[in-house]
Amino acid sequence: MKKGYFGKFGGQFVPELLMPPLLELEEAMEKIMKSNEFQQEFTRLLKDFVGRPTALTHCANISRELGFNLWLKREDLAHTGAHKVNNTVGQALLTKMMGKPMLLAETGAGQHGVATATAAALLDLDCEIYMGALDVKRQSHNVRRMELLGAKCVPVESGTQTLKDAINAALRKWISAQQTTHYCFGTAAGPHPFPLLVREFQSVIGREAKAQFKEKTGELPYMVVACVGGGSNAIGMFHEFVQETSVKIVGVEAAGTGEPGCTNSAPINLGTPGVLHGMNTLLLQSEEGQILPSHSIAAGLDYPGVGPEHVHLHDIGRAQYGTVNDHQAMNAFQMLCKKEGILPALESSHAVAWVLENRKSIPKEANVIVNLSGRGDKDMDILEDYLANHAK
Amino acid sequence: MSITKLADKINEAKAQGRTALIPFLPGGYPDREQFWKEILELDENGADVIEIGMPFSDPVADGPVVEAASLKCLADGIDLKWILAGLSDHRAKIRAGILLMGYYNPVLQYGLEKFAKDAREAGVNGLIIADLPYEEGVEFRELLAKYDIALIPLVGLNTKPERMDLYAKDGNGFCYYVSVLGTTGDRDSLPEEIKAGLKQAQEIFDIPVALGFGLKNPSQLESLEGLVDGAVFGSALIRHIDEGKSSAEFMKVWK
Ligand SMILES: Cc1ncc(COP(=O)(O)O)c(C=O)c1O
Repeated sequence: MKKGYFGKFGGQFVPELLMPPLLELEEAMEKIMKSNEFQQEFTRLLKDFVGRPTALTHCANISRELGFNLWLKREDLAHTGAHKVNNTVGQALLTKMMGKPMLLAETGAGQHGVATATAAALLDLDCEIYMGALDVKRQSHNVRRMELLGAKCVPVESGTQTLKDAINAALRKWISAQQTTHYCFGTAAGPHPFPLLVREFQSVIGREAKAQFKEKTGELPYMVVACVGGGSNAIGMFHEFVQETSVKIVGVEAAGTGEPGCTNSAPINLGTPGVLHGMNTLLLQSEEGQILPSHSIAAGLDYPGVGPEHVHLHDIGRAQYGTVNDHQAMNAFQMLCKKEGILPALESSHAVAWVLENRKSIPKEANVIVNLSGRGDKDMDILEDYLANHAK
Repeated sequence: MSITKLADKINEAKAQGRTALIPFLPGGYPDREQFWKEILELDENGADVIEIGMPFSDPVADGPVVEAASLKCLADGIDLKWILAGLSDHRAKIRAGILLMGYYNPVLQYGLEKFAKDAREAGVNGLIIADLPYEEGVEFRELLAKYDIALIPLVGLNTKPERMDLYAKDGNGFCYYVSVLGTTGDRDSLPEEIKAGLKQAQEIFDIPVALGFGLKNPSQLESLEGLVDGAVFGSALIRHIDEGKSSAEFMKVWK
């Protein structure tokens, strides 16, 4: 009777008052998302609005240095500058076809908020975005973008005033506004059916990457790599490759400052099993089950939990999950800027950094595809701060 | 004591022609010492069942007043061990039924079986886990029943009869009817649809039906004559205590 499990992880740990909208959403996925009408319109929007397919870029300069081939799946080239928009356009279209006039979302770094506000504007939906008060301060640029797009951005003052509290606030709002509102969840986590719904919309990344790579080389890649916050860009890249057992799959979590005992954002590596935000997953938590604050220099990775499917892939040994600290991510960021002319998001820089840090374990001539989940314009302030404090 | 204790307590009140009173206070609020004084005072002043909150860092079903109170308790270092130990010490003096309310993760980390055992020993009669809907709670409900603890079903304005049936099938204690589509917190008026919902719950459940979330004063229940067997109030009580007033005074209004 329990639904939405990936092995031991997942589920629907929500107040009973949220079960009706979750069941309604599940039904909409069955009926509406499978219809030709939905699929045709979604495909059209991905092409004409989002700008898909995004490029698959060979990094010739860095590859020469590494001795193997580094490829980037360029989600930074998608509209609004990150993979988030694949999901929000999908969920907004679903909302429209469900006959609901309003979208609700949470955001940490602001990328998902901007992507939701964008999709809402496109499809003429009202939009309200919950954002931790601390993040509102850290990411004021994205708050302004959301407001320009017509969304209302609500600062969340409770708890740690970050992403996890924004999710709590959005869930609360959804309880009271469920009849008119869809909760456009931003990552492949949360209660069932969100992990499946978001994976469905993001798996376009892996499908395109596989087809593009096959067209260029006639083969499958040796390895695919992606950063893991909640896990949506990663599961989007991985899904198409899970059945291709020759392809190694690597997710990269944020180790924070990397100092022993520091708070981090690496629940698969450093967390324990527990229940938060509607799912049974791995969490950063105290022995008493209180959720701990997380840290990463990349705001989009700064979350104490992770999507349940990743925990399962880790559990069964199909995917490997490594960690990268703030400093390593910064180095990768700068390297990609200077050697390839690409300014990556700090989140994606973690994935690139893992490849650089683990170069010795990757065979010569191998082909490695890294999902470049977004572009780094949003991170300029953080970068400048960091460089000022770590002047060489 | 038995698993029917909570139902018995509420039915006793009903037999006396009144609505059972179920005050809620987060464990350790307003501070460690005062908390147990408040509990005893609530008990002496007409509480039929007392609901003790188990503070959690991420309480999605709670409104601002309960959340702020719970977070203060967490900051003071309150945990399940402290609540259960204190309850063991005080239980013999408390006449009311005892209910613990909280979220799944702290209970899970404590260990489900150990929790059931320790809660039983501390004299807990029932448990409300706000983020454990029917499907996820099946095994835990059975485990708790072995220790004679009821897992209280929460239903509300959007719960269809089919789902009420699920809960009613093996529901014990009482049915907690949530008065609003929203979080805890007192409100000036209750939605009109509530009557139909309560009527339905009364028909489907053969255990008593208590109303909670948003209660502020007894006049809110006047139009619900015969439909409500128990009334739960949290935010209003917390606010009252925050104003420096006594629990006894609070209960007087409701008696
Ligand atoms: C550019 C970018 N990459 C990655 C992430 C991490 O999220 P997820 O793991 O869901 O892809 C975010 C989240 O805000 C992001 O903005």
